[in-house]
Amino acid sequence: MTEATINKPAPKPRPKHLDIVRIRFPLPSIVSILHRVSGAGLFLLLPFLLYLFDKSLESSASFDVFSEIVSHPLAKLVLLGLLWAYLHHFCAGIRFLFLDIDKGLDLPCARRSSYAVLAVSLALTFIIGVKSW
Amino acid sequence: MVNRHAVGAHYGLKDWLAQRATAIYMALFTLFFAVCTLCMPEFSYPAWVEFLASPSVRFFAFLFVLSLCYHAWIGVRDIWMDYVKPAGARLALHLVTLFLLIGYAGWAVHILWRL
Repeated sequence: MTEATINKPAPKPRPKHLDIVRIRFPLPSIVSILHRVSGAGLFLLLPFLLYLFDKSLESSASFDVFSEIVSHPLAKLVLLGLLWAYLHHFCAGIRFLFLDIDKGLDLPCARRSSYAVLAVSLALTFIIGVKSW
Repeated sequence: MVNRHAVGAHYGLKDWLAQRATAIYMALFTLFFAVCTLCMPEFSYPAWVEFLASPSVRFFAFLFVLSLCYHAWIGVRDIWMDYVKPAGARLALHLVTLFLLIGYAGWAVHILWRL
């Protein structure tokens, strides 16, 4: 054994900052992770949306089936969730496009635009939800 | 001679650009679609079919479907690449995603061209 290994200090516990309950997500990170979550949710429920689209167009009888499905409270909740996912993905995506062309990169501006993304997508979901319930 | 570089070869640039191009197209189509459906006097079966059966709307809707599938492929593939490390599982998930999206595109085409 060499001297170097003997004198080595005890290793610090690593990783240091991956304690999930201690991690604080700043607003832009929340928008970012929700962009991913909403995208994944939309992908997972794509067959449900295609099924509804199919039923709405196949025939006038299937259109009635479509209307019946979308008026069920549980389906309404799922669709409202998907509507929020679409709106959030849409708004956050536009924000990312601006960041890509170096617009709004400074911290105060990035925080304000994150807040706007969350607020606009939630507000639109709420308004459309109330109007169509 | 194999003319490949491990880094700096911009292999990801095409996908990066495609994801943004499809996003912009889908955003524009979404606005168009939202305005058209909100302007419908009544959401009824005949009005709905008439709207989507018009050749121009079908054309743009078809492009939306293609954009969506390409966009979703890049996005979902990135999720697997970030969180799934074993090569076999990752490959399987990539293939399932790809086949699902191709199937969904076929389904959507069937719905649109049946009108």
